[in-house]
Amino acid sequence: MFLIFVSITLGITYWAATHTKTATDFYAAGRGITGLQNGLAIAGDYMSAASFLGIASLVYFNGFYGLIFSVGWLVGWPVILFLIAERLRNLGKFTYADVAAFRLQQGPVRTMAAIGALIVVIWYLIGQAVGAGQLLHTLVPEMSYKMSIVIVGALIITYVTFGGMKATTWVQIIKAGLLLGGATLMALGVMAHESFSFEKLFSDAVNIHPKHLEIMKSVVPIGAKANPIESISLGLTLMFGTAGLPHILMRFFTVTDAKAARKSVLYGTCFIGYFYILTFIIGFGAIVLVANNPQYLVNISKSILDLKGGGNMPAVYLSHALGGDFFLGFIAAVAFATILAVVSGLTLAGASALSHDIYANVIMKGKATEKQEVWVSKLSVIGLGIIAVLLGIAFEKQNVAYIVALTFSVAACTNFPILVMSVFWKGLTTRGAVVGGYTGIIGSIVLLIIGPTVWTKVLGMGPAIFPYDFPTFFLLPAVLIVTYVVSITDSSASADKERALFDAQKVRSETGLGAEVAAAH
Amino acid sequence: MSELISNKIQKNPKYLKLANRRGRLAWTLSAIVCVIFYGFILMIAFAPGVLTAPISAGSVIPVGLPLGVAVIVVCCLLTGFYVYESNQVFDPMFEEIVKEASK
Repeated sequence: MFLIFVSITLGITYWAATHTKTATDFYAAGRGITGLQNGLAIAGDYMSAASFLGIASLVYFNGFYGLIFSVGWLVGWPVILFLIAERLRNLGKFTYADVAAFRLQQGPVRTMAAIGALIVVIWYLIGQAVGAGQLLHTLVPEMSYKMSIVIVGALIITYVTFGGMKATTWVQIIKAGLLLGGATLMALGVMAHESFSFEKLFSDAVNIHPKHLEIMKSVVPIGAKANPIESISLGLTLMFGTAGLPHILMRFFTVTDAKAARKSVLYGTCFIGYFYILTFIIGFGAIVLVANNPQYLVNISKSILDLKGGGNMPAVYLSHALGGDFFLGFIAAVAFATILAVVSGLTLAGASALSHDIYANVIMKGKATEKQEVWVSKLSVIGLGIIAVLLGIAFEKQNVAYIVALTFSVAACTNFPILVMSVFWKGLTTRGAVVGGYTGIIGSIVLLIIGPTVWTKVLGMGPAIFPYDFPTFFLLPAVLIVTYVVSITDSSASADKERALFDAQKVRSETGLGAEVAAAH
Repeated sequence: MSELISNKIQKNPKYLKLANRRGRLAWTLSAIVCVIFYGFILMIAFAPGVLTAPISAGSVIPVGLPLGVAVIVVCCLLTGFYVYESNQVFDPMFEEIVKEASK
């Protein structure tokens, strides 16, 4: 299964490589992707192994609580459509920093935006690499953890350096198809086992799960105390974090025009929403079919929930319980494809921040040739791939949960507010964007370090100084206020010029006049 | 050239009205999504009893479950509504304005 997927994707990479000549081809697939294709690719880019294996696992251990993540990870999408997608397409070229810095000073704003993008990309990469290593190693014990990560690293470097955005897009489309198909089969299998009655599914789960009816009433993780601010902060982080992920935003540069950009969000949202409803059924199915089954458990006399291979395995074992070794192989290949597709998108987004923003626009001040820029981004892909492999190996034994918190916090508190203010608020100036942006970046990192996940669990320093896992509830308003105040008090001549440029920017963002056009071929 | 056109469009009252209308639609829909989602989150935070009550006597399914699924479905519907409005109604009108200014 793995081999079939790998050889198909390498074939696509070869085809894409022969069709990738310009920078627009490399970063934006020649802007020739249709709305439906991009919608699938968006779904493929977004539905990471964390959401497939992760939500199923949250539901498996905590029941109802998992639904909050399903909903939270979806509600960012309509907001992306209403406020961001078409404006991104009309204003930008290759990166979201193009848009944030559209009428502001290129150097400082791009540097800040690229740092925000890179933090998200690198930490997200670590999470994916660790997940890939654990998954492959559990399924194919002959393959060591290190070797699994090296294979993933080598494959994505090959896809992205040779095939660029075209290969990345098609890997994501195939993966989305496989994942949606696989999850549908699993959910159908579960429902067939429960004679297509939700009532039966849920009551069976309640009977089997050691916490019984508590799993239908869990509004916080089972065992945790209810905390309103934490719940709201989690909601804010999930919603606005989605709208600030650089690899997701980058997808909007690949479509032909604003119309296609909008359609792609519609398709993407429907696929993702459908998928999240399925993961919820899969999680409950795992309670019924996997829990209490000695085949999958570490030690049935101690706990009927603890699985061999760690907490992320419920969905994988469910496939075995439903369809034996063959279906297990299929779902494992799907999970593997998922990781490859997400990692490819991330790597390309990180490479574009390094080459297009930092190298071409900050260091060379826009004087780099297209050839040089693409060359630098290919080197960046190789560099990022190697970094991901090394950090993935270094973080093998670490709890990677806080990594998700960090990436979504930076995305929700830096990338998203600066992008939206740049597009909608005439008063934003370079000074405001830069000071506000760094407030978000530094604030996320500091609050996370002194928060419960890192301070207490990772560093073991006792009770956390900042008592919340997700800082967004405090940090997002702080960033908005800082950006606002620093912008309106900016009375420099350059700030006036930046405000004056807003009207022209708005015409372009609304009408697409002067927007980048699709390549001719 | 495109700067000249852009300047003309900026002064066109039809453009301003249209851009305001679409802006209002976008922000209103965003607000609706936020109200729905944060309504859900606030219920989780302050009134968990409402969400965890069973949908009917004797059932184990809590009210929050169909509600959560409904949030997802409503999001998809609102997304579809905006795409339809923007692609079928607003875009042709904006195109008209650009064409007029390009003459």
